[in-house]
Amino acid sequence: MLVDVHAHFYHQRTPRADWRERNESRITAGARIGISVHVASILGSFGLTSPTYFPSPRDVTAGNDALLALQRAHPDRIRGYVCVNPNYGAHARAEIVRCLDAGMIGIKLAASRRADDPLLDPIAALALQRRVPILQHIWQHRRRDWPGQEASDATELCTLARRHPDVPFILAHIGGGGDWLHSLHAVANVPNVYVDLSGSGVDGGMLEACIASVGVNRLLWGSDITMDTGWAKLRYLETFLSKDDMALVRWKNAARIFPPGAFPTD
Amino acid sequence: MRIDCNAFLGAYPWRKVPGTSPDALLQALERTKIDAAWITHLPSLFWRDPTEGNAWLYDTARQETRFKPVPTVHPGLAEWEQVIGDAANAGAPAIRCDPLYLGLDPTGGEMRVLTAACGAARMPLMLAVRLEDGRQRHPNDHVPELPAAAVRALIRSDADVRLLVTHADRAFIEEVHFGSAPEEARRIWWDICWIWGPPEDHLATLLDTIGPERFVFGTGQPLRLPETSIAKLDLLDVSPDKREAIESKNVRELVS
Repeated sequence: MLVDVHAHFYHQRTPRADWRERNESRITAGARIGISVHVASILGSFGLTSPTYFPSPRDVTAGNDALLALQRAHPDRIRGYVCVNPNYGAHARAEIVRCLDAGMIGIKLAASRRADDPLLDPIAALALQRRVPILQHIWQHRRRDWPGQEASDATELCTLARRHPDVPFILAHIGGGGDWLHSLHAVANVPNVYVDLSGSGVDGGMLEACIASVGVNRLLWGSDITMDTGWAKLRYLETFLSKDDMALVRWKNAARIFPPGAFPTD
Repeated sequence: MRIDCNAFLGAYPWRKVPGTSPDALLQALERTKIDAAWITHLPSLFWRDPTEGNAWLYDTARQETRFKPVPTVHPGLAEWEQVIGDAANAGAPAIRCDPLYLGLDPTGGEMRVLTAACGAARMPLMLAVRLEDGRQRHPNDHVPELPAAAVRALIRSDADVRLLVTHADRAFIEEVHFGSAPEEARRIWWDICWIWGPPEDHLATLLDTIGPERFVFGTGQPLRLPETSIAKLDLLDVSPDKREAIESKNVRELVS
């Protein structure tokens, strides 16, 4: 069993003409890697009609609809995070209820609003009520604002996580760019923050640092948009973790924080 | 046969990296079934005189047949030409110069003279586009990435030089390859360590559009996990012949 907690799919209303090929490529590569379930999100129109990280409510809904369709088309293989823009609070909450009722299993917060902002509190409260985790896009140690996103870093996510200690938060793509060591220091003593191993970064020493920071019980395997690097990290971990510890990273930690029945072997 | 043309030994100045000793690299080669590694002394890339690490490098390579030394040259230092002679005598498959780490203009006079000397000596010249993701570098690490324009300029500056460029991504490779005449592009080899696999399929695209003969197996270890380059190949639908070319034959062609 292998759960990819950080996947993305595309749809027709995005700038990518090759959206079908990319979706197929993920499924095909996933089969080769042995991924049992892709837990995915779609960030609105990925920039076609509103910015990727500041999606309009209409694009949020369209993206979530596309993901629900993929989930229906691949019921054994794809699960969804409902993506929302917290700046539109009422829409965000309604969209969460709608999509979780339709079978999605988590909430995706990208970079529309800083993670420690009070606007995120009602979303976290809803996550607690529905018993789903929140995957928060993170820039590992953001030293300045970056164009096109209001990115959060681990310190800000931990502030939110401390306000909502019973909600599991997933710190996105530790290998996704930025100073991962800064993030690992920040999350070490915040027990409801889990570290997602995805991202293109495959730095020597990064995985050892992850284990030293949060242990194997708070590591989640994922790929994001580079599945080769995800597979490499999995292969490397297999060289020194026990079978039981690998099972935690591969799927058991995910099964613990996602709703019961989210994955086939629950 | 699998040859890693892009490996390092020694400490990295900007962060703690495990596995930088010769023994640790050998263990990584065993773990990943890599038969040989082209090695560079990593600390000296940052020294005022990077050639001061070459003696250690040669000594280390002499003690382990799986290591092939890739010494560093600084074309702004007096008598730098000796490095090429020493490299040839030591059986080095290539020499490397990362101009921006040395504070040199990547298309300036020193680099052009070096390029010509490498061409004349039939010694491949290796350059890295980057060593780390630009988003994670130490706040005091301001060395710019090698620009694609520099590679185009260098390959045009000498008709005989052969370049091995490491840590390049798809956009960089396409810019240089399709921005060069075919005769020029045939003298550039690219390592695969920074090219994305699925679902973006950058490596598959490049093998289709540029051809597998231009690509060689490299990892960037121990700064990067060597498993990554193997995973990229395992995710490709390529014939055994093409895979063998990428893993070993092409790099032998480069040094022949």
